[in-house]
Amino acid sequence: MADNRKLSIIAFSGDFDKLTAVFTLATGAAAVGYEVNIFFTFWGLDAIKQKQGRSFTGGNWLTKIFGFMMGGLNVTPTSRFNFLGAGPKIFRSLMRKNNVATLEELVEAAKVLGINLYACEMAMHVLGLKKEDFIPEVKDVLGVASFLNLSEGGQTLFI
Amino acid sequence: MATKVLDITKEHCPMTFVKTKIELSKLQPGDILEVLLSEGEPLDNVPRNAKEQGYNVVAIEHVEGTTHKVVIER
Repeated sequence: MADNRKLSIIAFSGDFDKLTAVFTLATGAAAVGYEVNIFFTFWGLDAIKQKQGRSFTGGNWLTKIFGFMMGGLNVTPTSRFNFLGAGPKIFRSLMRKNNVATLEELVEAAKVLGINLYACEMAMHVLGLKKEDFIPEVKDVLGVASFLNLSEGGQTLFI
Repeated sequence: MATKVLDITKEHCPMTFVKTKIELSKLQPGDILEVLLSEGEPLDNVPRNAKEQGYNVVAIEHVEGTTHKVVIER
């Protein structure tokens, strides 16, 4: 067993299935005693938006339209079998039927387990997002140097 | 000193570990948590992780079929 039990995940994708992988790994690791950091960047930022549906969040008209098209956690598409938005609903129902935690349940578990959530400063700037647009559990807004510092000595994944 | 029972036989990864962790964190010194779990990953890992996190695994008993009971004390 490694001395430094730390897992840091760069959550780049805003896809329902990839975010499910992020939060499954993160909550599982935190539950067995790992320190867990998730650094949300670009499309991944959708997972931590305060407004979980579609809303015109952004700085100017263009980023507001982007914000609406990207949406939040509830409207994330699947990377395959999206079927114009029906895919995530089908997967959610399959997960419930098989007693597997849904993405929303995993996010709630991540909050309870005290997983460290961080937002990427650069991507926020590009998309016109402010810290107030995110859930209050987001600990800080960071750049590459701070993320490297946080993840040093542990395992790092890019999803 | 209280004893609590947690049934994770119908749960899947990672909720088996998440639910155990949350219940363990509620224990006071001397309290007992009895975890009902299935063979395979939960049985292989829940007792080991509890030990690693400083808890005392008092007993692992076979209940029936593939169900086992792990008794953990804080």
